[in-house]
Amino acid sequence: MKPFPFADYLVFAIFAVAVGLTVGGALIAALSTRIIRGVSGLMISCVGLAGLYYFLNSPFLALMEILIYVGAVCVTIVFGVMLSEPDEPAGEEKRRHARLWSGGALAVSALVFAGVAWLSLHGPWTAPAKLVSDGSVRAVGLSLLTTYSLPFELISAVLLVAILGALVIARSGRTKE
Amino acid sequence: MNALLHLHERPAIYLIVAAFLLAAGVYGLIRRRTLIGMLIAGELIFAAASLNFMAVNRFFAPDPSVGQIFVLFIMGLAAAEVAIALSIIIAVYRNYRSIHSGDMSELKG
Repeated sequence: MKPFPFADYLVFAIFAVAVGLTVGGALIAALSTRIIRGVSGLMISCVGLAGLYYFLNSPFLALMEILIYVGAVCVTIVFGVMLSEPDEPAGEEKRRHARLWSGGALAVSALVFAGVAWLSLHGPWTAPAKLVSDGSVRAVGLSLLTTYSLPFELISAVLLVAILGALVIARSGRTKE
Repeated sequence: MNALLHLHERPAIYLIVAAFLLAAGVYGLIRRRTLIGMLIAGELIFAAASLNFMAVNRFFAPDPSVGQIFVLFIMGLAAAEVAIALSIIIAVYRNYRSIHSGDMSELKG
């Protein structure tokens, strides 16, 4: 059977779109002045990240990324934006001051990027001799129910406590009119 | 050209994208002046850690399901963290009528 023509180019194009969405979304999330655009940037970044997870042989986590981050976390942050006034006041910060802070933050993050990228490119990584499992959804489910069942239960307890705590904290300032 | 076409089968690009996400998160964490902006930057750092885990898991781990489970736990903890952080932010907004990090300068307000 002849393979689909340009299949390699198609795969590369999809991969480039995923990387572009991740990087561009992160840039929007970090740089935009309006907070709601930052949240949208985070959403875009998470969709791109889901694509990267798909390329890393994990369709399950790609689905979870969209479900949890785009569907739950970002929507919750949008609710937070709605209930408070998060936009930065214009012109409150002095111009020179702002430039100084931006320059410092840029220097720190460039240093972090260079350091981590250098380490990950020059690290002594070795590929494993042979794989224990194939990393499929079935393998993930099996080890969730056997080896990792205790952390799995603990996560559910943590989520329950977090929900209760969030209710208690957000309720305290509320008074009956 | 051939090397470029098989870029998605090498770990380097994933690790570099993860480093970039971390750097963007650190920049946002330093530069943002509101609590929600800092929360978004923190989510970017979580995403960087998850992508790093997944890349190392795919290319260098003998058991490729361990990293997936760990990233799943990271997602669960991030969801819990966002719920708590947002409720704290709303409580702070009720007290101060503002969520700018510069305004919160006193304890026991």
